[in-house]
Amino acid sequence: MIRNSILLLIIAGLAFIFYHELSAYHGNDGLNETANYYATKGLSEVGAANLVTSVVVTYRGLDTLGEVTILFLTAAILALMFKTSHSQKETQKRITSELLITASNVLLPVIFLVGIYIFINGHLTPGGGFQGGAVLASAMVLMLLSISGRKIKHAVLDFIEAISGIAFVLLGILGIFLAGGFLDNSIFSLGTFGELFSAGAIPVIYSFIGLKVGAELSNIILVLNQTQNVEK
Amino acid sequence: MALIMIVMAFIAIYHKSLQVAVIASGIISLFASVIYIFLAAPDVAITEASIGSALTVVIFFYVLNKIRRIDDKK
Repeated sequence: MIRNSILLLIIAGLAFIFYHELSAYHGNDGLNETANYYATKGLSEVGAANLVTSVVVTYRGLDTLGEVTILFLTAAILALMFKTSHSQKETQKRITSELLITASNVLLPVIFLVGIYIFINGHLTPGGGFQGGAVLASAMVLMLLSISGRKIKHAVLDFIEAISGIAFVLLGILGIFLAGGFLDNSIFSLGTFGELFSAGAIPVIYSFIGLKVGAELSNIILVLNQTQNVEK
Repeated sequence: MALIMIVMAFIAIYHKSLQVAVIASGIISLFASVIYIFLAAPDVAITEASIGSALTVVIFFYVLNKIRRIDDKK
């Protein structure tokens, strides 16, 4: 009883404090200085139709590199925690329903294509590397659910992830020598606005990010799936 | 839509069965992604739909299954 009333008092105090903060808050009338710069100069400097992409990949590309690294760390830690023991190989076959198998046979290529489309066209249409990678990983989930017996090699996913990670960083370093700085996209020509091969290195970089994110998320799912039957 | 989300949030917190709670939280993300499209943020909507309502639900179910197996052994 006493503990509850103390808790209630603390919550009321917090509400009081935050009410003052909230009532003092006024939204901005327009874009602030940085956002204004991105919105006005972004088109001529980067040449991407999707302004979000030009901010994420070029202006704040270093943050994107950090996010990808965090995702990689998560996947690595999960793989470490759930070590698959190779001694026990009792993979009891689940019986998958006919409906799921047929539907996934039709849907799988479509979902994979949509994922690839999303990250290749990241500079033109909404979406990009992270979104496309997540869609690829959800296709992976469907594949694992429908085909229970099939083995998917970790090595292939690891290879894709490593290659695309290295390529991402190398393209960034190339930007230092050929253009204005780390991850500058103008190492290739900016091209015609609105075409697929435009906006310099953005499509290339975003494709590598998409592959990397997709491989990492699929790896997480795969590790969890393969350790389902392993006794600890 | 926001009302459904709030109801689902209460179900996710107070329901006894963990499976129902996980599905309820998945439905929250699904409706959130629709709201993001109305708010003209398609980038965020794609992420929310695929990660929030597909991948996290699947990961939660895998982990729940694993925990149940360990509990059964004890």
